[in-house]
Amino acid sequence: MQYIDPHAHMISRTTDDYQAMAAAGVVAVIEPAFWLGQPRTHVASYADYLSAILGFERFRASQFGVHHYCTIGLNSKEANDEALAEAVMEILPLFAQKDGVVAIGEIGYDEQTALEDRYFRLQLDLARELSLPVMIHTPHRDKKQGTLRSMAVCLEHGLSPAQVVVDHNNEETVRDVLDQGFWAAFSIYPSTKMGDARMVEILKRYGADRIIVNSACDWGISDPLAVPKTARLALEQGVPAEQVSLACYANALTAFAPSGQISETDWAGPAVIDQRTSFAGNSILRGGREAVVTGLDSAF
Amino acid sequence: MNDAAQELLRDWTARQAPATGREWLDARLGQIGAMTPGDPAAERALAIAFGQVPRQLGRGPLALTADDIAAAEAVRPGWRPQSWSLEGAARILLLLRCPSATPDTFHARFQRLRRAADPAEQVALFQGLPLYPHAHALVDEVGEGLRTNIRPVFEAIAHHSPYPREHMDEHRWNHMVLKALFVDSTLAPIQGLDARANPDLARILRDYARERRAAGRRISVELWRCLGPFAAEIGAVDDLALAARSDDPEERAAAGAWMEREHF
Repeated sequence: MQYIDPHAHMISRTTDDYQAMAAAGVVAVIEPAFWLGQPRTHVASYADYLSAILGFERFRASQFGVHHYCTIGLNSKEANDEALAEAVMEILPLFAQKDGVVAIGEIGYDEQTALEDRYFRLQLDLARELSLPVMIHTPHRDKKQGTLRSMAVCLEHGLSPAQVVVDHNNEETVRDVLDQGFWAAFSIYPSTKMGDARMVEILKRYGADRIIVNSACDWGISDPLAVPKTARLALEQGVPAEQVSLACYANALTAFAPSGQISETDWAGPAVIDQRTSFAGNSILRGGREAVVTGLDSAF
Repeated sequence: MNDAAQELLRDWTARQAPATGREWLDARLGQIGAMTPGDPAAERALAIAFGQVPRQLGRGPLALTADDIAAAEAVRPGWRPQSWSLEGAARILLLLRCPSATPDTFHARFQRLRRAADPAEQVALFQGLPLYPHAHALVDEVGEGLRTNIRPVFEAIAHHSPYPREHMDEHRWNHMVLKALFVDSTLAPIQGLDARANPDLARILRDYARERRAAGRRISVELWRCLGPFAAEIGAVDDLALAARSDDPEERAAAGAWMEREHF
């Protein structure tokens, strides 16, 4: 089975992770713009981060046969630094139309402050202007209220529920999100979000329509193989294969395809990995290690 | 040169793009051609258009005939657009169309675009070097580009371009040649390789060859081309002789030719 991990902060992960993901069948990842575990204090470091996730990180992923996409946005935590947030809003349009940008995100609320609300709304307008999907980060604290509020504000700004992926759901939020017609994503992230066994229960109860599974792997204790592992557990517990494939692959594709930047044809055909071409000069190719070259039908 | 190059780029990209893309491109060219340098709204419009090019025009290799390639050479000696892409050519055209009265204006605009550029955009920005006005103002930007980890970006500067031979000082030139070997790229597409050969580069390459040999790694046969003319001067005749006895027939041929020519 092929998988997409539609929420993975690969900039924090190692090449071993990429190799393991590719070996487990992950063909594509989506890297949402988020914070780095600590706040940035200057817009310049934010700009460099955005260019890194749509530039070098995409390149790095390609060396392991993983297709890398990203979302561009100002996250809710850093929205609370008004000077920074204003400056980031200035530069977002410069990045939001680049190759591989599949959504505005992850945006939404953290503590549901007035500043978070202001920049959330401005970014929803930007998504509407550029006809991009939106990825919503729902808050860890006061989650249910924050989720309901996020959806209401999306509707208020003229977005259609089909254009919006509401992420980090749990048992308490899923019903409302599905009832209102939004995509409901779940992050299988040990200890703070969902576990894989709970996820399988949700699939059994709600089916897989508009349900999306991701790892949200980042710099914390997290698992880049959470999507294939959850799929395996679901299959073992009798969830039909077509439902597993919807939740762990096809729904993410359908949700983000309207960006025009992600398509199954991107990974149709044999995987092409050419470490000679693209990653030259990086230390992984030094030390006499032979570059991996597979699936090339002609020399570069 | 600038106007004639723009005309060629407009023809090549317009004929390959869909009708909607052509209209979009012409509208942007009109808008950007009329901008006032330094106007933030205009610079923002340029940056957004720069990103949107593939969405509007599509992407892929730039389709060129033999006549097109000859026309490029006539407009700008050394301009070799054979490895350019459709989207890259359109991006370069947008940048050429911007009014830029001074080297500082052009440098600032190039730097802003380069700092936000994804790898494909970086390739385009650097491939355009032979065509830019005030090109010498960009030498430090080019130095930054050469530090890349992404080989196509490096090659956009080093290969099929008259820019390095015309604008780089010896130190930058030498390190570009060394890096080309270091990252398993090739030297043949570097313009001016023989004209700009120098003893210091030959010395650097001699030491690099020794380091490779000590590590039991293959030495590019292209290396001897830059080392041969200075082998005696830098004390590398033994290195050449060793390579001329190599098990590898290509290495033997490359080094042996220099032994013959220099009567070592």
